Amino acid sequence: MKYIKFFLVGILFGIVMSKAEIISWYRIYEMFKFQSFHMYGIIGSAVILGMLSMYFFRKKMVKTFEGNEIHVAPKKQGLYRNLLGGILFGLGWALAGACPGPMFVLVGKGVVSILVVIFGATLGAFFYGLFKNKIPH
Amino acid sequence: MEFITQPWAWYVAGPIIALIMFLLFYFGERFGVSSNLETFCSIGGAGKLVDYFKIDWKQNSWNLIFVAGAILGGFISSHWLSPSDIGDAVALNPQTVQDLADIGIINAGATYLPDEIFSIDTMLSLKGFFLLLMAGIMVGFGARWAGGCTSGHAIVGLSNLEIPSLISVIGFFIGGLVMTWFILPLIF
Repeated sequence: MKYIKFFLVGILFGIVMSKAEIISWYRIYEMFKFQSFHMYGIIGSAVILGMLSMYFFRKKMVKTFEGNEIHVAPKKQGLYRNLLGGILFGLGWALAGACPGPMFVLVGKGVVSILVVIFGATLGAFFYGLFKNKIPH
Repeated sequence: MEFITQPWAWYVAGPIIALIMFLLFYFGERFGVSSNLETFCSIGGAGKLVDYFKIDWKQNSWNLIFVAGAILGGFISSHWLSPSDIGDAVALNPQTVQDLADIGIINAGATYLPDEIFSIDTMLSLKGFFLLLMAGIMVGFGARWAGGCTSGHAIVGLSNLEIPSLISVIGFFIGGLVMTWFILPLIF
């Protein structure tokens, strides 16, 4: 039962990704072509409201439903990790027109070929684990 | 119902995404989809080959449930929340449609996805399969190398004013711009 809330939030995520056309390959293409404000508006407004959430967490005005303080663990430092990993991700994102979240939403939409992308992404994560100690971070 | 079935504007979607991030923190977890890819590897037994995947994946169960919900959300949207008049059409900038026609992707915006990449016929061709697989590998490898994807870095990380996330998002854009402007025109 403790998982049902995550399932419901996931459903909301799937619906908003679909209805705002974030799962459309074309929306990602036009974003990288700077031909529409749509994706910038979505990410920008989410981040601005997200900053507000973070402020409430830091000031301890909002705690978890179990009453624990919310600490947002910082991401790992490292120029190579973040820049090179980011560039590789961006190349894939613009080709697939989908980042990991939308990939799963497209499964629900019945797009069979996205399973190849998800398989590739899982393989990519595996290769990362395999070569982790041989690449710069 | 009409305001639900019509495509949602950015100022509806952005705040809902922020709400999703807030709810996951409120529930004691953290928004980030690409870590599920590592969980898949662990479930699949990758820990036998690589220590990196030797984790107790059950602690990430909530995220797998979240993904299951996302799949159902996609199903619900496409079956019951699609507009009857325009169907799956995406209203694109005419310039975008023209640019895509110029590089060999026709009927841009007629549906959510281009057949030139996602149709079953394309998937079953050698080149089409390779492109889908490569795109996935780059996303998966890149996301885990950078330590996050659009959700973990661009939404959570930027909201938290983190330099690593800013660098990653700059990277996402460098890669995306190179693919869109220089590589895609060569592919089709």
